[in-house]
Amino acid sequence: MVFTLKSPALLSCALALGVGLASSAVSAKSSVVIGMQQEPTTLDPTADATASIDGIMTHNVFQSLTSVTEDGKVIPDLARSWTISDDGKTYVFSLAQGVKYHDGTTFDANDVKFAFDRAMGKDSVNPSKKIFKPIESVNVVDDHTVEIKLKKPDAFFLFNMAKGDASIVAPESAENNKTNPVGTGPFRFDGWTRGDRLTLAKNPDFAGADSVAIDKVVYRFISDPAAATAALLAEEIDAFPGFPAPEILPQFEADPRFTVTVGSTEGEVILAMNNAKPPFNDIRVRRAISHALNRDEIIDGAMYGRATPIGSFYPPHGSAYVDLTGVYPHDVEKSKALLKEAGVEGASMTLRVPPFPYATRSAEIIQAELAQVGLDVKVENVEWGFWIGEIYKKQNYDMTIIAHTSPNDMGNFARGKKYFYGFEEPEFTALWEKIRAEADPAKRDELLKQGQRYLTDQAVHGFLFQLPKLGVYNKDLMGFWQSSPVLFQSMADISWSK
Amino acid sequence: MNTRYLPANLVIGAILVVLTLGVALLSVFWTPYDYTQLDIVHKFQGPSAAHWLGTDQLGRDLLSQLMAGAGNSMAVAVTAVVLGGSIGTALGLLASAYGGWVEDIVMRLSDLSFAFPALLFAIMLAAAFGPSLPNVVVAIAFINVPIFARVARASANQIWTREYVFAARAAGLGKFAISRDHILPNIAAPIIVQATIEFALAILIEAALSYLGLGAQPPSPSWGRMLSEAQTLMYLAPQLAIYPGLSIVVAVLGFGLLGDGLRDVTDPRLSRER
Repeated sequence: MVFTLKSPALLSCALALGVGLASSAVSAKSSVVIGMQQEPTTLDPTADATASIDGIMTHNVFQSLTSVTEDGKVIPDLARSWTISDDGKTYVFSLAQGVKYHDGTTFDANDVKFAFDRAMGKDSVNPSKKIFKPIESVNVVDDHTVEIKLKKPDAFFLFNMAKGDASIVAPESAENNKTNPVGTGPFRFDGWTRGDRLTLAKNPDFAGADSVAIDKVVYRFISDPAAATAALLAEEIDAFPGFPAPEILPQFEADPRFTVTVGSTEGEVILAMNNAKPPFNDIRVRRAISHALNRDEIIDGAMYGRATPIGSFYPPHGSAYVDLTGVYPHDVEKSKALLKEAGVEGASMTLRVPPFPYATRSAEIIQAELAQVGLDVKVENVEWGFWIGEIYKKQNYDMTIIAHTSPNDMGNFARGKKYFYGFEEPEFTALWEKIRAEADPAKRDELLKQGQRYLTDQAVHGFLFQLPKLGVYNKDLMGFWQSSPVLFQSMADISWSK
Repeated sequence: MNTRYLPANLVIGAILVVLTLGVALLSVFWTPYDYTQLDIVHKFQGPSAAHWLGTDQLGRDLLSQLMAGAGNSMAVAVTAVVLGGSIGTALGLLASAYGGWVEDIVMRLSDLSFAFPALLFAIMLAAAFGPSLPNVVVAIAFINVPIFARVARASANQIWTREYVFAARAAGLGKFAISRDHILPNIAAPIIVQATIEFALAILIEAALSYLGLGAQPPSPSWGRMLSEAQTLMYLAPQLAIYPGLSIVVAVLGFGLLGDGLRDVTDPRLSRER
């Protein structure tokens, strides 16, 4: 009788196997099926903070002025070259010529102005409005030249211009990009079956189309790690660049059909606390929680040791990293004492967790760790749409666990009380403005170190670990990045070795 | 009948049920360890004197989790079946006693809810009110109502034709009093048999819902959730799936056999054939 319980799983395994055999027979190795944990909420990277939108759309369907390589270097994209004035405030971009959108309209300098004005505008829903904040004006010099004036120098400007948030969209199609994205990239949007898959097809009009080896990219959305494993083993999917279950890696490592990579991402995993809400507006409570956390235990239990601990909000592979993991050592007594001092011993709180294994698994351990210091934590597992709506947009939460995968995102703490952190300290906001304006990398790193120390001192969140990039690939599939300095990687780089 | 041996399914079923219920009861007062206590340094341990069945992926004692899981599972099954069974039986008696449009309404409503897949209903409840064990209880109770209503009505209809019921009616007893004093005691046997079988199904549904993440929420232990968590660990530690799987088998098989055995013993048609 126990088989009635498990039969749906068995059935889907059987189906998966059948589909896998069928598709691998048809494909002449010019298509690739990529497994992905998180389904996009919409298809417009300039409209929503969901990371998978950038993961699929950015630099595949949409292009930006610049792009970024695996080691974080900024390279030309729609902007073929640029000059920067001596005061660092005027950028002149000369744009690619003869580029067409997928709907046949022509790309020119007016599109850049339109796209940026739209992103900066009053009604803009852009999730990273802050990256446009330093822009004073965007001026069309001629059809293929754009001049961007900044209010003050911005060290991250060219890097930020590569992001999906800065995608160049056309006035003719921008409104419909949420469901029918139209860009200039190497792939055009081909279809989206919600809850299942999204398909991109090669854009034959793309300037570099000859060097694009893949004709068709299928993204399959599989949130359950066990189902993802089954799909990979059945060769139903060829690649899983963000594989969610570290415990299964040894199995793939032992299987000659697969290549396994472990790299880093820009994702700082934090136990976010709603700083605007009692008791988390009390620094003693936040510090108590930081003392209650045992990072080694969390990394060992939730990530099977495959993650690097962080003590602040900056990636350990970055040039300005300072190790602050020892500032709040795991200390139950100290934590209890701080809670007592703040008058919240034995308080109850909820921990709303998005549906990602790194989060749900950490939650279970954190719940037990906070129980040791007398805090009664109720874990609520929520859907991603709910998380974006209630927690990210409406700040309706006590605590949550989330990976912040954007690069250079320490500025999150300068976004004011309305951002879901509910954190605002003029001292940090001023510091962040200084960091942005500092052109000298050595001096900027010094300021970034200050920033890390400040955030740790304030114990704004529980800083847990850097999200690793675990990749499982068919061994004949070439070109996937081991580490991700950004949220996107163009599928134009991918090819089959045979 | 008394001189004959009890049927094997009854005996085996009873043993398994006593074992499961015993463990469940014991878990309320005592488990070898606190099942929420993490000890990540000692995860995936094999059986030892300290941990009889070893430890799970977070170093929690497996035996303690299984015991507490039994407690949860039995609590859900008992509450849900008793709740659904009482309401269903009452409705069945009502339908049988009054007949006519009352019977039509009760029976058509129960047809309606029969047509509703149990798991789907539970998922709906979880979506509306959030996943939790009380919602699982409500869902299982709900699907049990029509089942018991039918059994109670069918059995009660037979009893209403008996002479002693006619006698009671002739003596002026009302329909409610007759249902309570004469019908109910005489349909107890099939109801109890049905309850035992529904028990087995309730355990399965609870496990399925918890497996899907709609039942017991962490850290509250549940066999179904243990199974789902063990799924990605099959390669590393298959025992994490085997133990809760076996526990579900034992409990479901136990109640299933006991139910069959009880029916064999109490059903007059079957006993005549022996």
